[in-house]
Amino acid sequence: MKHKQDNPFETVIGLEVHLQFDTKTKIFCSCPNKFGEAPNTCTCPVCLGLPGTLPVLNETVLDYAIKAGLALNCQISPSIKFDRKNYYYPDLPKGYQISQFDHPIAKNGFIAIPSEKGEKKVRIHRAHMEEDAGKLIHETKTKSSLVDYNRTGTPLLEIVTEPDIHSPQEAYDYLNILKLTLQYLNISDCDMEKGSLRCDANISLRKKGETKLGTKTELKNLNSFKAVKAGLEFEEQRQAKILSAGKPIVQETRLWDETRAATFSMRSKEEAHDYRYFPEPDLVPFTIDQKKIDEIKSSLPELPEAKRTRFLKDYGLSDYDAQILIQDKNLADFFEECVKLLPQPKKICNWINGALLKELNEKKADIKDIALRPKIFVDIIQKVDEGKVSNLVGKDILGMVIHAGKTPDHLIAEKGLAQVSDDHALEKIIDEVLSANQNVVNQIKEGKESALGFLIGQTMRQSKGKANPKKVGELIKRRLLS
Amino acid sequence: MISKNDVRYIAALARMHLEDKDLNRLTTNLEDILHYIDQLEKLDVSDIEPTSHVLSLQNVFRKDETRPSLSQDKSLSISISQEKGSFKVPQIIE
Amino acid sequence: MILNELTAHELIDLLRKKEISSKEIYPSALNQINKTNQQVNAFVRIHNSRQEASGLEDGKFPIPIAVKDNMCIDGVETTCCSKILKGFKPPYNATVIEKIQSAGIPIIGQANMDEFAFGSSTETSAFGPTHNPWNLDCVPGGSSGGSTASVAANQAIWALGSDTGGSIRQPASFCGVVGLKPTYGRVSRYGLIAFASSLDQIGPITKDVTDAAILLGIISGYDPKDSTCVDTPVPDYTKALSQDIKGLKIGIPKEYFVEGMQEEVKEAIFEAINVMKKKGAIFKEISLPHTQYCVATYYIIATAEASSNLARYDGVQYGLRKQPSKARKNALIDMYEETRYQGFGDEAKRRIMLGTYALSSGYYDAYYLRGQKVRTLIKSDFDKAFKELDAVITPTSPTTAFKIGEKVDDPLSMYLSDICTISANLSGIPGISIPCGFSQEGLPIGLQILTKAFDEEMMLRIAYTYEQSTEWHKRKVKL
Repeated sequence: MKHKQDNPFETVIGLEVHLQFDTKTKIFCSCPNKFGEAPNTCTCPVCLGLPGTLPVLNETVLDYAIKAGLALNCQISPSIKFDRKNYYYPDLPKGYQISQFDHPIAKNGFIAIPSEKGEKKVRIHRAHMEEDAGKLIHETKTKSSLVDYNRTGTPLLEIVTEPDIHSPQEAYDYLNILKLTLQYLNISDCDMEKGSLRCDANISLRKKGETKLGTKTELKNLNSFKAVKAGLEFEEQRQAKILSAGKPIVQETRLWDETRAATFSMRSKEEAHDYRYFPEPDLVPFTIDQKKIDEIKSSLPELPEAKRTRFLKDYGLSDYDAQILIQDKNLADFFEECVKLLPQPKKICNWINGALLKELNEKKADIKDIALRPKIFVDIIQKVDEGKVSNLVGKDILGMVIHAGKTPDHLIAEKGLAQVSDDHALEKIIDEVLSANQNVVNQIKEGKESALGFLIGQTMRQSKGKANPKKVGELIKRRLLS
Repeated sequence: MISKNDVRYIAALARMHLEDKDLNRLTTNLEDILHYIDQLEKLDVSDIEPTSHVLSLQNVFRKDETRPSLSQDKSLSISISQEKGSFKVPQIIE
Repeated sequence: MILNELTAHELIDLLRKKEISSKEIYPSALNQINKTNQQVNAFVRIHNSRQEASGLEDGKFPIPIAVKDNMCIDGVETTCCSKILKGFKPPYNATVIEKIQSAGIPIIGQANMDEFAFGSSTETSAFGPTHNPWNLDCVPGGSSGGSTASVAANQAIWALGSDTGGSIRQPASFCGVVGLKPTYGRVSRYGLIAFASSLDQIGPITKDVTDAAILLGIISGYDPKDSTCVDTPVPDYTKALSQDIKGLKIGIPKEYFVEGMQEEVKEAIFEAINVMKKKGAIFKEISLPHTQYCVATYYIIATAEASSNLARYDGVQYGLRKQPSKARKNALIDMYEETRYQGFGDEAKRRIMLGTYALSSGYYDAYYLRGQKVRTLIKSDFDKAFKELDAVITPTSPTTAFKIGEKVDDPLSMYLSDICTISANLSGIPGISIPCGFSQEGLPIGLQILTKAFDEEMMLRIAYTYEQSTEWHKRKVKL
């Protein structure tokens, strides 16, 4: 990419995100809303689109949509309807998708993302509810395609931004913040790998200073946030080359190919779709009164940005530390519970961002997946503070507690983990270490005090980490240097 | 005022093949019907709200509670062609 | 007495008095079907295995019924008389089927209909036309022509039909039986294979008004599976069968007495009005000024909704699947196009094309949106009328049954035969057609009574009063 100052073009990006709600049932029928089941085992006449069947709206889907709209600072429409979007595809059993055309549930919101000038708002044009389609698997050997309708009728929220994003990095940031915000609401697990969050991007370039939008291309098959960023970067360069050569951009849909790290034009003839939208006659209109909106608004959890700011203020944490804690709402809540029990926020934060996250990463788990009570966590920290166990052992105990679910006291007693601070016991170990490391002892006696660390380390090892390192240091010094 | 090309385009939109004889007949039929329908243009509807639903019913919901789905066998019992528990169609080229 | 010639309520009476056993009824009807279906072709599938002889206990009605071939019956081929649904066996029951089965009513067969309910003559069925029992060269009307013919021919004792623009009422009038379209939302549409979602209703087709009241009560009511089905209590419609219409104000809309209307029909209607006047009803000529726009409005809205409802018939999951002998575009699109080309009849194709056009980009405002606005005007004509009136009376059809083949090549002329019935569907109000005479040629004439939404009781009261003052419902066809 050319150096920024030399770049004559401005990049304009708009993102379309589809979010699957994790309601118990689908949007228009009572089939379970599950992922990963055997094909066509979560279907019924309604979501199969069989003749004579009719949709009935899941009330929780509307609640979740309002929740999301409010969290995204949108206006919630006081009256909404559904519309039919008509097109033919084997994964769309009715030959139309029930969606929302001109009265979406939410409009005119925004998300704040970091930018060079501090922060900027990416405006959200609209968010609307619709039903998902089925899954297709292409079998080239038999020249056929297989259709699984388990996914038809899964509730979706489509979130569309204005073309306010001006770099692939901003797009990446937007997606991360959007995902974090939505995760806080407990309406979706926002997992791109499971398909509960999908993203398509629109990108165009224009000369700097120009206000008219350039011709855009749509990017699909972006299967991770990194892919979104990489795909947009590729497209940026591709379009810049074409425009620099004085040629026009073809408006088209391009697929991102992860292995080849490039976008390719979709082979099929892209006829402009005429979706023939019209109001869905099988669903009545819905009114949303201010009372409901207020109820849902007051039930919203504290959102990530607000929490981060509060953590800086209330707990004096660093930007970096606060940012880590808020990445998982459950983790942030855990932190605060611990601080209630032991009002040393920085210490607790260090233990969480260090030892605890290490354990979670190793197990590839989130805090919600493990049964660790704040009381127990704080107990471990206190025991280390009070010298009952060494720091090292404390971390081991944490791992064992998470794994075995036993209390620290139990484990300490069971495995004999108590920190050895008794001089007599320590002296014994030190005797062994010193006699095994005569040359180091001599070095120290000759003035190389830095080698003390080595001996302390050896003692710790010998004691299987149980020795009180401070005490060990004192004892060795006394022996060798006095 | 509806041409054969229009009719071809609409047939493609409606995913229906047409032979030439059908094309001619349909074009004539549609011409006649659309001509009849054009009398609606006489009315001034600028201030009229459209009726999408004759009932004044609103806010009909269902609780988010699961009901048993059809078994895989029952779902596929209607299928023209199936394989590996899925409905089978000619290969889709993307 | 010949059991299949009786009404449901007469049979129930005999059962109650134990003068007959329920086991005798089904075979009597089946016998008549076997004797006469060749001539009439009212049935596309006869269910002669289902002889549940339930007794009369606990509100059961062991009275055999014909069901139009567009209501899903679990595990039974249901095709809307279209080739494209050949072999389709729904894995579920329509709500009305559940209700009639719970009421112990055995289904004796599935009745012929215009393909996908597109028609006013039952001539577009993939199973050939139904013949009017009163004159086998004539149409029975449509699209529920099989249902009305079977009742008129004393095959099924009663029947279910569906009505989108008059498809119960018009064939009822052509066949000299009672046909009732309930208020939109009164009867669940779940399991009714959709034609036009905002217009369709299922309703009873019977030999007399009493039977209609009974059957209406059985099929009506709230269904959580249908968002457009209202949750209001179902009255006992048989309690509305009084003969008191003194002081009722009934309107006669002048626009329904169209130019070119059959003179005998006009005379029969006015004679009927006289009968009701003698019973104390007060008649008033009124104007429903937007009547002339009904057919045009209907043919935009109904076909637009139909074009979308029929998009699912594509050869992907169920029914017919065809590929052209020579590849055209690609295997998938070829499958869609050939399946729908071979699977749909001419009228279905016509309506799908018209509906697709009305919704297409650039035409939506001029057609669909405009149609919906005119619908508002048509509905408001009735809202205004019913502020002062208890009912509106019209002919059901401007003519008696026409000859088979007469209008098949003239779609517009066929559409215009719905001119008296369409307004009720557009407005959502209930309507009933009852016999009120015969033409010189011996063809039945029908009288239509319309009332405001959810006022079926008023409609039944007026219909019953008139019926009991005449003998039309007692005339039986001789096949």
